[in-house]
Amino acid sequence: MVEDSISNEAPYARYLQHLRAGELAYQFSPVADRAVFFPRVRCPYSGQDCLQWRISKGLGTVYSTSVVHPRKGNPYNVALIDMDEGFRLMSRVVMDDPMQVSIGQRVRVRVESPEDGDPIPVFAPVESAQ
Amino acid sequence: MNNDFRPGRAVVVGAAESDLGSVGEAYSALDLMAQGVYRALDDCGLSCTEVDGIFCATSQNRLAGLALAEYLNLPEAYIDSTSTGGSSFMGHLVRAEAAIAAGLCEVAIVAYGSTQRSLGRKNTSSAQWDPYESPFKPFLPPTAYALAAARHMYEFGTTREQLAEVAVAARQWALLNPAAWEKAPLTVQEVLDSRMVSYPLTIRDCCLVSDGGGAIVLTTPERARALRHPPVYLLGSGHCTTHQSISNMPDLVNTGARVSGELAYAQAGLTSSDIDVVGLYDAFTINTILFLEDLGFCAKGDGGAFVENGRIAPGGSLAVNTNGGGLSYCHPGMYGIFLLIEAVRQLRGECGARQKKGAEVALAHGNGGVLSSQYTVILGGASTV
Repeated sequence: MVEDSISNEAPYARYLQHLRAGELAYQFSPVADRAVFFPRVRCPYSGQDCLQWRISKGLGTVYSTSVVHPRKGNPYNVALIDMDEGFRLMSRVVMDDPMQVSIGQRVRVRVESPEDGDPIPVFAPVESAQ
Repeated sequence: MNNDFRPGRAVVVGAAESDLGSVGEAYSALDLMAQGVYRALDDCGLSCTEVDGIFCATSQNRLAGLALAEYLNLPEAYIDSTSTGGSSFMGHLVRAEAAIAAGLCEVAIVAYGSTQRSLGRKNTSSAQWDPYESPFKPFLPPTAYALAAARHMYEFGTTREQLAEVAVAARQWALLNPAAWEKAPLTVQEVLDSRMVSYPLTIRDCCLVSDGGGAIVLTTPERARALRHPPVYLLGSGHCTTHQSISNMPDLVNTGARVSGELAYAQAGLTSSDIDVVGLYDAFTINTILFLEDLGFCAKGDGGAFVENGRIAPGGSLAVNTNGGGLSYCHPGMYGIFLLIEAVRQLRGECGARQKKGAEVALAHGNGGVLSSQYTVILGGASTV
């Protein structure tokens, strides 16, 4: 899904607007023919004002994963996710045991809306193919 | 590229640490930075009044160059306080050499100071909010390196035991260095059993949190002749910035050290087999493995097996991090200056029990951010030019 060209607003504001609508948005550079993430004011590969906003289908693969052990509180997952559209982002894969998150695992995005902050994209494992 | 570069336009003549370890909260980062400068000047026989070039960085002062000019009373000194994190000082060395060659200054100091142990890490480096990372609460920097380690384990079968071997080798070197923080032996099992910080890294896979500072001094070869020690030469250097935040690192198991190393080797006309003593910024055990691979000491993916059986420990076939490293000697936050100091001392043959006999060529590899900035310098003694 291709949206209109980048408008005159902060890249993060536009990204957030999509998250509030339940969508994970990213940018695409037709000049470089590749996805761009994090969102920017211009294409980092060409310097041109060519970026388009697109909506991810929401499927990705765990590129790497760690479990943070805070001094207080329970261990939790931090992961890097490679989205099928060709961009990577940091997130959390939500599983009962964070050690069960594994590299290569297929995951699907959902938007979480914390009470004290902006909405964020988090992930859950995709049930294995039928 | 600095096409006019040739070794000997400017030389390293002095090197010293400040007090290390835990100095107490009444000391400032500038106190330690200045202490390092004065000791490095004493080391070579120059006076602070002769300094006309300041190259420095610290996380504790936003205007580090101005602060050091004020502290040392050097109102007319040329100043460069560029920060590329822990690799800053490799950059400072390269630009100090170029500045002297260009006639911008004649006696340059490269300096660092930190009191992060005494003041607490939270009080000495300001956390930046990144809306694309911070909400997920990565414990930085360890989580960034843990993500690289996990990917390395996945792609190449590297084990936690092999990571632990890096910490054990560093500890064995530290036991030969009277200035090192750690004084007791360490085993692989102890590394594995210690507190998990960010899987797969335990607290013993992570560098120390210490106070400390240091400095090196550069000047012209003409002025160097009257000084105390034979000069040390910059033979080559290279830099590569692949990202700032870990989610933007293109490939977690291939760092910018590949590029920075190739540039440095090409400029020096040397290869990894010519290096006698190796300094790699070991903020975490995975660093040493990644940099051994990317700087050509072993093939990509073989770093885990390479460090087994004490190969990089005292008595092993490759002398790596002979001061005990950030893992066991000291790590005040931006460790690069200590790699330069150790390289100079090894090339001068001053390292006592940990001396690599006949060391003529030293590599010092700085890392900044979260594997973000990679800066390689190759230094040599008089026989190399």
